[in-house]
Amino acid sequence: MMSASDFFKQLARIYPADRLLTRQAQIAPYESDGLTAFRAKPAGIVLPETQQEVIDTVCLCHQYAFPFMARGSGTSLSGGSVPVRDGLVIGLNRLNRILQYEPVQRLAVVEPGVINLAVSQRAAGDSLYYAPDPSSGPVCTLGGNVAFNSGGAHCLKYGMTANHVLGIKAVLPDGKVCQLGGDSLEMTGPDLTGMFVGSEGLFGVALEITLRLLPKPEVYYTLQAAYDSLEKAGKAVALVVASGLLPGAMEIMDRLSMDAADAAVGAGYPAEARAILIVELEGPMEEVEVERVRLHEVIERSGAYLTYVAQNAEERLKIWKGRKSAFSAVGRLSPDFIVQDGVVPRTKLGEALAEIDRLSAKYDIRVANVFHAGDGNLHPLIMFDGRQPGALEKAEELAGEILQFCIDLGGSITGEHGVGLEKRGYMLRMFGADDVEFMHRLRRAVDPLELANRGKMLPDAEAPALMSRGPHPLEKEGIISRE
Amino acid sequence: METPTSTKDIQDVVKSSAHVKVTGGGTKMALSEGATLSTDRLRGVLEYEASEFTFTALSGTSLHEIAELLGKHRQFMPFDPPLQDAGATLGGTVAAGLSGPGRFRYGGIRDFLLGVRLVTGEGRIVFGGSKVVKNAAGFDIPKLMVGGLGRMGVLVELTFKVFPAPESYVSLRIDCADLANSIDMLTRLAVSQFELACLDFEPPHRIWVRIGGLTDALAGRVERLRQLSAETVQVIRGEEDESVWRCAREFDWLPKQHKLVKIPVAPHQISAAEQWFESIDNIVPRRYSVGGNMLWIALPPELPADRLNELLTQLRRQGLALTGNWPDPRLGNNVGAAFQERLLSVFDPEGKLIP
Repeated sequence: MMSASDFFKQLARIYPADRLLTRQAQIAPYESDGLTAFRAKPAGIVLPETQQEVIDTVCLCHQYAFPFMARGSGTSLSGGSVPVRDGLVIGLNRLNRILQYEPVQRLAVVEPGVINLAVSQRAAGDSLYYAPDPSSGPVCTLGGNVAFNSGGAHCLKYGMTANHVLGIKAVLPDGKVCQLGGDSLEMTGPDLTGMFVGSEGLFGVALEITLRLLPKPEVYYTLQAAYDSLEKAGKAVALVVASGLLPGAMEIMDRLSMDAADAAVGAGYPAEARAILIVELEGPMEEVEVERVRLHEVIERSGAYLTYVAQNAEERLKIWKGRKSAFSAVGRLSPDFIVQDGVVPRTKLGEALAEIDRLSAKYDIRVANVFHAGDGNLHPLIMFDGRQPGALEKAEELAGEILQFCIDLGGSITGEHGVGLEKRGYMLRMFGADDVEFMHRLRRAVDPLELANRGKMLPDAEAPALMSRGPHPLEKEGIISRE
Repeated sequence: METPTSTKDIQDVVKSSAHVKVTGGGTKMALSEGATLSTDRLRGVLEYEASEFTFTALSGTSLHEIAELLGKHRQFMPFDPPLQDAGATLGGTVAAGLSGPGRFRYGGIRDFLLGVRLVTGEGRIVFGGSKVVKNAAGFDIPKLMVGGLGRMGVLVELTFKVFPAPESYVSLRIDCADLANSIDMLTRLAVSQFELACLDFEPPHRIWVRIGGLTDALAGRVERLRQLSAETVQVIRGEEDESVWRCAREFDWLPKQHKLVKIPVAPHQISAAEQWFESIDNIVPRRYSVGGNMLWIALPPELPADRLNELLTQLRRQGLALTGNWPDPRLGNNVGAAFQERLLSVFDPEGKLIP
């Protein structure tokens, strides 16, 4: 029988002491992620600096049948980067090199620890950018984005992470290194890259990621419309979509989230508005010039009582800052909150909002609504006080009812945060038992020992202890915000 | 040839056969030669609500039928599926992983397929993905179907997202001085902020550009595009514009008896590829589509097919043969084989489904 101490002795041959962490004080920061409700204690953490170290580590884990979880900045909102209890954490933040940047070919090859925003910063001089823009963009890593197929406010037109990853060099859970896809927009053979993206770490660790970059839109036109009811804002979205316009983003915030964002960043929303709709057009100037006329006609028809248009880049950023700060700002209104990520068909948005309202009243729990309205991705923020006995359970019950409602409408339990630990219980409601069993088999075919990120996505393994919630420490400091 | 009409029928066929090979519209004979199961009687749109911008249809539904239906609501499939007029089906297009020149603007078929119901090699029904435009739950099984050549299962139902169709289009034909000039023009256009719908290069030195959008904005956009180029520029509108891209999408330029091959490339490889084409004795009609990311070749009958391996080896690429007779339509070395084989062992443990 090979023991854990043997395993760590072997690890010590790969890593110097300062990159192999096993003391309690060193481990503590890795026990949780952006979903602070879950916590688990790993046996140790390694901090590789090269791809070879990652491969050697995964091989060793396989040899000793030692479960592992690779993570980046730990901003997952579904508990995706909570450690496997008594397993190994592979912290990838030091693999943070942009290996190749090819503006003419419109692509970048990055290591998994590269920060999302760093790619667009690197490409800015060539008027290129990396499109997926999760609100945690300034800190989250591309390895994590790949694992969870991250989205963002601007996914309406160009899609999520999977739509922007051309190739992946991955180490499978038994140490086998595999190149999936490549540097072309096109491919032959099954889309293995697409299958790897969003697999929540269950298929192994991405070592190199080839990203496609897009030319930056020439101009933006960002409009904020105020409504006296949430329902009207919801209907406005349907009108914009039906008009044939294809905005880069369409977002709704309700009164509660506006209040929160106002308190946090002084966003200055109209005081009487019950909801605001943000619509952003982007593209060549002539196109946007014509589109904006059409947009204003639609917005007027939708019953907006006030519209505000960003006149320059600064005002545009202010609108987005208010929107992107909404989640963390809700922390000012309530000691704890749960973020949901359900998706409904876009035409059912009004119905879904009415139902959330009804449930909020039924449970007597405040729910703030911020969402990617353009693609029907809801983000209800369910507020509670974890110090009150039973409050967490009650809030979770409400969250569960919302998810069930999304499923009943033919939607999804998660649009962009992933299943992680949090929504495993709902997989069997969205998918049939046979479908989930099939996913189990796929996982076991790739990872027979079930070592890679054990306990995530698929509903079976033991759950770590559920703790009281609260904002992420980085969130409290205003460094990250939730999408 | 089996012609199932239901999922249950397909399961029965798969369970009772030693081997299953699927065909749809039969437009890509290199992939469907010797087929045992036809999706000919699996046709029809199951769900389509225009305001939702998604549809679900049976795999044997023709692209043409879908395009017509969407057109009535001023919507379209942005991945611009090829061989629509020839009778290609949704299922065949997914299995072959094909997108047309319009892929340049918003992405390929992989980016628009949301959900899939299929029958595996064991005869089991599996559903993957979802029917809404955004979903991150579970493994992305729909992606794996794209380009899978039917090896992962028999496709039954497919859900796609669609977009509002551009009001109108205008195209530019740019004749450059030489190859170097053409490649330079192609890459400049590819990184430009003009939001091109299509960008193709037809050797030796002709660039085709298409822009689409609101009619009132097009004149100004075309004017600026023209200024980008000192070369000879011809503006093409209306019917003629339609016909240029229909010809590209339908491979009307493919001479008789020639075999159609797709090779994904990167734009920086064009010059090396062109050198190879210059070095051989035969004339090989070809076209670089999607901003130089997709090379279409019409292989002349007199050129031995294995000569193509020289090119594939040099470019380190795989190809896919679509028409003509081939021992195996998959050309060149397989990438990602280990991952693929593991997944295949679940989709088709007995190796019943043949590409």
